[in-house]
Amino acid sequence: MSKRIVSSRREILAAGASVFAASAFPLPAFAQAKPVKVGVILYLSGVQAFMGQQTRKGNEFGAKIVREAGGPPMEFIYADAESKPENGRIVAERLIREGCQLLIGTNDSGSTISVAQAAEAAKIPFLINIASAPQITEQGFTQIFRNFPPGTVLVANAVARIKELGAATGVEPKTAVLLHVNDTFGQGILKGVDLLWEKMQVPIKILDRIGYDVRARDLSVEVGKAKSAGADLLMPITRVSDAILIVREMVKQNWSPMGIISPGSPGPYEKAFTDALGKYGDGYMSCVPWYDPTKKRARDIAQRFESETGDRFDLNSAFAFEAVEIAADALKRAKSQEAASIHEALKETNIQDHIIIGGPIQFNEKGQNPNIGGAMLQNQNGKPVVVGPASAAEAKPVFPLIPFDKR
Amino acid sequence: MNSFYLNVLVSGLLIGIVYALIALGLTIIFGVMRVVNFAHGEMVVIGMYAGYWMWTATHLPPWLLAIPAGALLFVIGYWLQKLIINAYIDRPQHTQFILFISLALIITGLHLVLFGPDPRPIQDAITMQSYVFGTLRIDKVRAQAALTALLVIAALVAFLRYSTLGRAIRAAADNLIGAQVIGISVKRVYAVTAGIGLACAGAAGALISPMFDTQPFLATDFTLIAFIIVIVGGLGSMTGALLGGVLIGLAEAIAALAFSPALKTLFSYALLVFVLLLRPNGLFGERERS
Repeated sequence: MSKRIVSSRREILAAGASVFAASAFPLPAFAQAKPVKVGVILYLSGVQAFMGQQTRKGNEFGAKIVREAGGPPMEFIYADAESKPENGRIVAERLIREGCQLLIGTNDSGSTISVAQAAEAAKIPFLINIASAPQITEQGFTQIFRNFPPGTVLVANAVARIKELGAATGVEPKTAVLLHVNDTFGQGILKGVDLLWEKMQVPIKILDRIGYDVRARDLSVEVGKAKSAGADLLMPITRVSDAILIVREMVKQNWSPMGIISPGSPGPYEKAFTDALGKYGDGYMSCVPWYDPTKKRARDIAQRFESETGDRFDLNSAFAFEAVEIAADALKRAKSQEAASIHEALKETNIQDHIIIGGPIQFNEKGQNPNIGGAMLQNQNGKPVVVGPASAAEAKPVFPLIPFDKR
Repeated sequence: MNSFYLNVLVSGLLIGIVYALIALGLTIIFGVMRVVNFAHGEMVVIGMYAGYWMWTATHLPPWLLAIPAGALLFVIGYWLQKLIINAYIDRPQHTQFILFISLALIITGLHLVLFGPDPRPIQDAITMQSYVFGTLRIDKVRAQAALTALLVIAALVAFLRYSTLGRAIRAAADNLIGAQVIGISVKRVYAVTAGIGLACAGAAGALISPMFDTQPFLATDFTLIAFIIVIVGGLGSMTGALLGGVLIGLAEAIAALAFSPALKTLFSYALLVFVLLLRPNGLFGERERS
């Protein structure tokens, strides 16, 4: 089931060429146009800088692909919210003063809400690349367009994948313990789990919910508490650093549950995670939106990104990439380069050929793309592979988890 | 469940000893020079990077790397004091604050420029191992780090108590004018003190590097924890730093057990407020002065 990785220079060049050929942008259309200023707000420093930098790489790669394909000219201005949610509004206002007609960001729910307030006040469209807190699209903002599933959908997709997992492997876990980061994102996912677990009649009892501080560097107590709950499944809601800490502690405390399944959070699929943990990172599952490995264009883009940057084409880079494509598509259709026209064009977005699992990219009346699907990833041999849904799977799930002391 | 409690308490005690080493560096600088090093956490992070890079190059046991990391930070501290900080010793405290905050920002910025924001883990097999005594499982790295920190603290106490230079440092701390009168070179004493303070931070950083992935933005956490410890223990008191470190490590563990792990840090601050209400100079601040 696993796909062969393109490795020779000739193959990579061919892959790159096919990316251009498959691109939606005709070459000559924008040769003379003045570039539109697009503000990109990310956490480029601070505790979440790692994800922000990954997202920036995806953004820059997307800009390169659009430019090569002759897409509308865009001048990206990057702004650092310094891993502080409250800074989102400040940097957004600065970007707006500098003449940005479109904002993209922020890879964090807290700062996304903060930026949305500034965008709303200035009537500048705000294209959300990654942020899952459900309330973002429930507060009546008129300028936001979110191409990322809200926490409730992430969890619903996760529940669907977990149910499929039981059916596919014949192994039925009965209990779970949740270990979650205690910030806007973590609370959002947690609420989604609480909301949907009963509603979707998941036959897995949640024994405990253990929260930890977003800046925590030591999770020995948290993992010890989770272990003492005696659950079949550990369901972590994390970012990458804490996901690494959790697995390290599990190994040290010799705790190998039936499975580790993250119901929609970053961390385990990132290169930093698999590099840090090696064989101990294998088996960890995460239910997240992901690029579709069965689509040739998605594979080609992923391979080219990886060969050019040396990084993994993961959720951060894929959604950052797609945000640039959405922006380019809207600018191509907009009647002018003014924010209002771009806003109108974004509302009419309908991109059929794109890289993420799911249906066409469209935005509903709340600015949410409702068509994003969810994958179940599992780390196998040091890299994440799609193990569900069956329509996008590239490998079979290994479940139950191979105990850490047997590796 | 009892073994779980015991594991958590032992873990808290061990990390508390390493925290004490960090705090000791801060308190010794204040005790002798009366300057507050707001860049102390950044020095710990330099020690972490030193530990990480030396481990990457040599694959020596992480605890052993505390020695070269401490030596490196001693040199940095010595020259930093000689070239920059000595000029600020007699200036108003707010000027000193600005200096150290500037240093902190510069160091973090340099880390970011040189190494990027990526977390850098030490992937030694030992980081996944534990000592097992019945139901008690003690993290190997943590146990080795705590033991090494204790040895460093003991060596420092012996140096200050029995060596001529150590006595000169204590003399300068107790009575600056008296020390100058009997011919002690105060500038040199200050430079050595800064070197020792930063060596403590550097050694602790190297000891921590296998536990926490090294990245530039950890510094604030270490500065804050060091301040909590020295204020609880008594600013300028070595005994206070040691016991404060252990107390904070244990208090965080107990808070995580009794309430919620998410309240660990909150509990540290609550303890700080409580101690300051009862003893405004910290647990050992007044006693040592008298």
